[in-house]
Amino acid sequence: MKFGIVTFPGSNGDYDAYQAVVEALGEEAVYLWHKDHDLQGADVVVLPGGFSYGDYLRAGAIARFSPIMREVVAHAERGAPVLAICNGFQIACEAGMLPGALLRNKELKFSSQFVRLRVEQSATPFTSGYQPGQLVRIPIAHGEGRYTADAATLDRLEGIGLVVFRYVDAEGGITDPANPNGSARNIAGIISERGNVLGMMPHPERAVDARLGSADGLPLFESILAGVGA
Amino acid sequence: MSRYKIAIHIVPRRGLLDPQGKAVSDALHTLGFAGVRDVRVGRHLIVEADADTPDAADRLARSMCERLLANPVTEDYEIATVSQA
Repeated sequence: MKFGIVTFPGSNGDYDAYQAVVEALGEEAVYLWHKDHDLQGADVVVLPGGFSYGDYLRAGAIARFSPIMREVVAHAERGAPVLAICNGFQIACEAGMLPGALLRNKELKFSSQFVRLRVEQSATPFTSGYQPGQLVRIPIAHGEGRYTADAATLDRLEGIGLVVFRYVDAEGGITDPANPNGSARNIAGIISERGNVLGMMPHPERAVDARLGSADGLPLFESILAGVGA
Repeated sequence: MSRYKIAIHIVPRRGLLDPQGKAVSDALHTLGFAGVRDVRVGRHLIVEADADTPDAADRLARSMCERLLANPVTEDYEIATVSQA
């Protein structure tokens, strides 16, 4: 299976994603330059973390118009998987691939730390390797991760099971102290209605080996592999 | 065709938490501006563009806001002024 990892000017999670796919998962990965018009036959597209275009205007607002994004959107419209991490999540929201937006963290601070997440949905191609309700430790590193959408959108996301990850405390409780950025309803990750675009602020690609502090992100990549097939 | 200078205000939508605005508001209170009720911090853009009429320049600017300059989920925009550049 082939992963295509998009590199925008300012991406910094592309190499981590590449290593997660090639070293930890043992699959093939290629970098896709933002000016390319071709996904090089990738089965899965990763929109990685970073600060594409310096976060000018708004995080993700300019990257969305990169030439490669036309191909990425078409790939998603065919029902093929897109994993949008951190800045990638911001880009996916700006591009209308996912609802809502990511705003400045509530405390105005860049937050780089391990957080605890609860897997709210294991019936997705990205999370089938987790138990429903499983608690995982995965790091975050962002200044603009406060997920925001209007109440009707949030109700709909929750109502039809599109909230995939939530920030929780050690007991799995949805509390304010466990919420690192003030996200609405502690939302850390959501999936598209069709189930093929996952957006999340935490970095599963930085938690694929115990030597990194956690391997809890690896099942996410294994789930994609199991779903799409080698 | 004339050249127009278009001033655009973009602010976080009312009702959404604006932590920057809150921090500025708190600082103003600390300075003794007790009457401050609300602050929202946004962006001010000045766009110079060619258009046939001031109305056309205004429409052009609205289209820019809707497609790129403002996020429809979280921000409101206002065309503050359109003047001959």
